[in-house]
Amino acid sequence: MSKNVSSDRFRKVDVDEYDENKFVDEEEGGENQQGPDEGECTGNVMGALQAVLKNPPMNTKNQALKDRAEGLVLKVLSSFKSGDIEKAVQSLDKNGVDLLMKYIYKGFEKPTENSSAVLLQWHEKALSAGGVGSIVRVLTARKTV
Amino acid sequence: MSYYNFLLEPISCHAWNKDRTQIAICPNNHEVHIYKKEGGDKWSKIHELKEHNGQVTGIDWAPESNRIVTCGTDRNAYVWTLKGNVWRPTLVILRINRAARCVKWSPKENKFAVGSGSRLISICYFEQENDWWVCKHIKKPIRSTVLSLDWHPNNVLLAAGSCDFKCRIFSAYIKEVEEKPSPTPWGSKMPFGELMFESSGTDGWVHSICFSGSGGRVAWVSHDSTVAVATGSKNTVISSLRSETLPLLGVTFITENSLVAAGHDCYPMLYVYDEGKGTITFGGKLDIPKQNAQRGMTARERFQNLDKKASSETEKATLESVHKNSISQISILEGDKSKCRKFCTTGMDGGMTIWDVKTLESSMKDLKII
Repeated sequence: MSKNVSSDRFRKVDVDEYDENKFVDEEEGGENQQGPDEGECTGNVMGALQAVLKNPPMNTKNQALKDRAEGLVLKVLSSFKSGDIEKAVQSLDKNGVDLLMKYIYKGFEKPTENSSAVLLQWHEKALSAGGVGSIVRVLTARKTV
Repeated sequence: MSYYNFLLEPISCHAWNKDRTQIAICPNNHEVHIYKKEGGDKWSKIHELKEHNGQVTGIDWAPESNRIVTCGTDRNAYVWTLKGNVWRPTLVILRINRAARCVKWSPKENKFAVGSGSRLISICYFEQENDWWVCKHIKKPIRSTVLSLDWHPNNVLLAAGSCDFKCRIFSAYIKEVEEKPSPTPWGSKMPFGELMFESSGTDGWVHSICFSGSGGRVAWVSHDSTVAVATGSKNTVISSLRSETLPLLGVTFITENSLVAAGHDCYPMLYVYDEGKGTITFGGKLDIPKQNAQRGMTARERFQNLDKKASSETEKATLESVHKNSISQISILEGDKSKCRKFCTTGMDGGMTIWDVKTLESSMKDLKII
């Protein structure tokens, strides 16, 4: 039987990193992104929704900032009554609906106790407002929220 | 509109001859088949062009010189000339190391451009002394596969849409075959390979790109379900529309302000561009579904539906559009990009549909093509 005696460390090398034609996204300065402000997200739910969809941490690489933003959005979305969701989605403009869709899918990635149910209700309303195009934009976005 | 189903496989690409009596299609394999229109709605196959070793990804038929150029995944392009009753190929060495993806004759038909997976565009022209097609490359700053090309009416500027999410306009000026071009809204200095315009702001692969009839505007559709138009000027402004449909795969101007685009939703749609406001608006769906008689459901059918699909809705699950699968290419049949009377779509269902603009305008209320 043959026995592998030489080193096989070469198998763990990521050759794509060394490809000189590798596509690298353009860097855009994202150091100043703050994410939505916690203070603005209290008070009435409609105002909170508008506030939490401002300043999305799109350009930053800071994972903690993104998680914090997602947590805030989830909190605001959960505080809505089921009947009010549709009205809230109608009050958003096209960019807002796309952004909401991005946060919804981000929320699906890490489900908690009740989050999926709430997110699914929001997903249904956002889909009727934004169409499948908004979901396509979640899938093709280079900078995720 | 008239629909003809050529085959069960997708039509990879198609091109029409000058008087629109013959169509060259690639039936999803290494060959190109030419069909001739017989009377009525019948098409018969008259030629089979077999030379490629890989799938044919692009066909273009030059109307005046009656030459066909084809390109394929075998990294080659062939120029076919009709000698007697046979199409004879001439190999063009593109010097690429990945598949060729799209090919277009220039308006004067003295050169053609090939976009490829090698992240470059090959501009090929015929050198009389050597009796050979020579090619020059445009490389910078393309960073991924070039999916679509379109020539400006001045025979020099070339628009390219690629997988690095950008639409660009290059100069493909070849001093051996033409005079220096006069200034355009896209710029005045046009040496070979000069980047005249690069888009920003859209996030998906650019599937299709089209210059307007005058060449002053360029429109493109990308994979993030957006349609965008840019008007050339000192400060070019890009207007884009995020659509609610699935991504579009083909776009063409039918007047200076109206675009027809089609894609994975299987029906063509109209978009209207307003330069003054800088907006693009959705003009309407251009497919007229057949009105099926509404027949009531029996109680048994309702229960069966409830059992099988957990719903008692009467909607059918079939596609109402003419094409039963994604539309991959749109071409102008009658007229030109500033005033189109008929256009043609081919798709992945192996079918080809011819759409008449006047009929569409009259049969769909609220549809205005300006």
